[in-house]
Amino acid sequence: MIKLQPAKEFRLPIIAECISPDIFQGKKITEIEQLQAWEGNKQRNLVDLFRIEDVKDADPSENVAINIEGDVSKVRRIGSHMKTGEITINGDAGMHLGEEMTGGTITVHGNVNAWAGSMMKGGTIEIHGNAGDYLAAPYRGSTKGMHGGKIVVHGNVGSEAGACMKKGTIKVCGNTGQFVGIRMHEGTIYVQGDCDERAGACMVEGKIVVGGKLQAILPTFTIDSVKPKVKIEENETVQGPFYVFLGDLAECGNGKLYVSKQKNPQLGSYERFL
Amino acid sequence: MEILVKNGFVYDPLNRINGQKMDIAVKDGKIVERVDEHKATIIDASGMVVMPGGVDIHTHIAGAEVNTGRLLRPEDHFKDFEVKTSITRSGVGRSIPSTFTTGYRYSRMGYTTIMNPSMPPLEAKHTHEELSDTPMLDKATYPLLGDWWFALEYIAQDNIEECARHVAWIMDSTKGYAIKIVNPGGLEAWGFGHNVKGLDDQVPHFCTTPREIIRGLCKANKLLNLPHTIHVHTNNLGKPGNYQTALETMKCVEDLAVEDKPVIHITHCQFCAFKGDDWRTLQSGAEDIANYVNTHSHVTMDMGQVIFTDTTTMTADGPFQYDLYGLTGNKWVNHDVETETSAGIVPFRYRRKSYVHAIQWSIGLELALLIKDPWKIFMTTDHPNGGPFTSYPKIIAWLMSKKAREATLKRINKRSRSRSLLPSIDRELGFYEIAVMTRAGQAKALGLQKKGHLGVGADADIAIYNVDPEKIDPSRKFRTVRKAFKKAAYTIKGGEIVSRNGEIVKHVDGATMWLDVKVAEPAEITGDMKKRFKEYWTVEYENYPVTDEYLKKPNPIAVEAKV
Repeated sequence: MIKLQPAKEFRLPIIAECISPDIFQGKKITEIEQLQAWEGNKQRNLVDLFRIEDVKDADPSENVAINIEGDVSKVRRIGSHMKTGEITINGDAGMHLGEEMTGGTITVHGNVNAWAGSMMKGGTIEIHGNAGDYLAAPYRGSTKGMHGGKIVVHGNVGSEAGACMKKGTIKVCGNTGQFVGIRMHEGTIYVQGDCDERAGACMVEGKIVVGGKLQAILPTFTIDSVKPKVKIEENETVQGPFYVFLGDLAECGNGKLYVSKQKNPQLGSYERFL
Repeated sequence: MEILVKNGFVYDPLNRINGQKMDIAVKDGKIVERVDEHKATIIDASGMVVMPGGVDIHTHIAGAEVNTGRLLRPEDHFKDFEVKTSITRSGVGRSIPSTFTTGYRYSRMGYTTIMNPSMPPLEAKHTHEELSDTPMLDKATYPLLGDWWFALEYIAQDNIEECARHVAWIMDSTKGYAIKIVNPGGLEAWGFGHNVKGLDDQVPHFCTTPREIIRGLCKANKLLNLPHTIHVHTNNLGKPGNYQTALETMKCVEDLAVEDKPVIHITHCQFCAFKGDDWRTLQSGAEDIANYVNTHSHVTMDMGQVIFTDTTTMTADGPFQYDLYGLTGNKWVNHDVETETSAGIVPFRYRRKSYVHAIQWSIGLELALLIKDPWKIFMTTDHPNGGPFTSYPKIIAWLMSKKAREATLKRINKRSRSRSLLPSIDRELGFYEIAVMTRAGQAKALGLQKKGHLGVGADADIAIYNVDPEKIDPSRKFRTVRKAFKKAAYTIKGGEIVSRNGEIVKHVDGATMWLDVKVAEPAEITGDMKKRFKEYWTVEYENYPVTDEYLKKPNPIAVEAKV
């Protein structure tokens, strides 16, 4: 296991794509220390920014595990493009965590800034704190969102979570901001808490499940039925009942928006259209 | 500065030099008979191919439309960026690179002259500002006149002479180089939500037809003695069955040709060589078009080759772009440029496994290979519509090697593979023919006297590629050829070495060429015309013309007109 500890309190943004198990794999500590990262507009060796230790595991597995201890909320692109291995962060993490990752696991015991899991294709991200805006969303202008994998957030999430999602699962235990699942094509988003407005805007396919309160449904959604339960993924079913809305009709979409009946009495008026 | 390029295999089709080992001497930016060997910088080109600098007849690299494309596609930029060096500036973009990067990338491939083919006259100032910021290249731009109200009116009145005078005026006011016609009549109709479907459809409100517009502007072009022919993007572009329209367009000016000289250039012909009734029955119309072009000498054309990649389509053909949006559901821009033209942008991905896209890929190459005379068809991708210009080396490999074509054929859609004519075509082009299709032919069609050849007195624009024609058989070693054309060993622009082994070593500003048409009797700028500007344009007549300060390095080319 490689242990990283910030050598100082970071004031400038740091871009460290090199913090990835695939890159660390097969390298000696001295080689890892020489990896390049940007601090502001200056290129630095990783050793200038972090104290790096090789902690011997009791059970050495084949894949490299990286353990980051401390606040790295200024450090961007940790674990980007990672394929295997494990990253554990005990502290807050910066933007673009696990961007375009295709496998492996990232666990954060703290909060994460925006764009976590952006364009990811596989693997798992688990965030025990809150996540910022654009969780799993693609780069600006791109329509290629999350293509697979799983993100679990135990806290709250900002706006536009799961934008342009094509596959995979996002589970949020807390609340989400506006536009959850905007332009979604496929996949599942499960929000246990409340959702801010405009959930599922422009969605074409896929499933959004809101277990808490959703103040209003977009006018381009139509009620389809009331279902007693909904399947999130293999071995996970949530008991309802749920109102099922179809949309977004403005995009000729057929996405499904499940909203808890019990928590949303204000949507009761839709029942007369059934 | 004096340069001597020694012992290269020179391919200079305009001077009929086919791979002879010889020296090229350069002095003060021109090719000269000889230089003092002791004083000159010697470039040892032994085992290398020496060609005139590349010329691109049709590439959208500057202007309001291109810039809107850049704004529309941040995702096109973020994975392809260039860091600044002590010589070059930084830049981004794959299918629509920023201006400086465009210049550098062309230069690295050995290109030295490019033509920006669609400029709404109203956006001329913007276009020239961007062209001035595109280094390493000489350039020119074509104003869009096929739906320009003044032209339509004079053509409807059959007053070709006055139309010609107005064209001369617009060349001067927009600093343009040739007459560009896009979907004649259709763009004017698009302003009212319609389109024209054939050459004899009426253009709403103008009592004229696409056929009359093409013929009228072709006659005006001849009256003005412009160096290039009319540059036509046909009606019905991108619709199945449109090869008929392309053939009719070529036929409609057949009688205007004299002495085997071309009178019309059909641009990105691949997009108008579709046979079939709908997308499912789409087939290649390349054979019919090639048969026509092989038996007629009044036409030149360029390929508009499709590359399997993600790109951005942008044309002045608003209705076509709107249909493309309908097909893809992608984000889109559509724009009506007042009384002049329209425009549209849609990001697009050409996929190997798509039947239609694979057929399109095949059509481009079929055209290039079935048209026997390379002086009639030139290599382009209609950048960025068919793919970015950086893919030119790939096309060169496909043209030079059947094996390269077969390698790609294996990977495309099965149904399109069985319908493609490519497996039956054995033709493989040599370096001489490639030199024609990428520089000499294009320079000749554009009427550029000092470009595209290495004769004494020509501009010293030279490209040297590290591939030995005596040792390398391009038909088998197509990858080596592709690599060589990707990074020119040397690019010499205006007598200076600007790029070496794919690295820019000197930043130079190219000139902007424009036509200074000398008419006996200039167009009469009447009070009525000024009044119209006041009523119909957002820009007043006084502010309309491009003034000299917009051009960093103007290079006016004087033309004696017959009117």
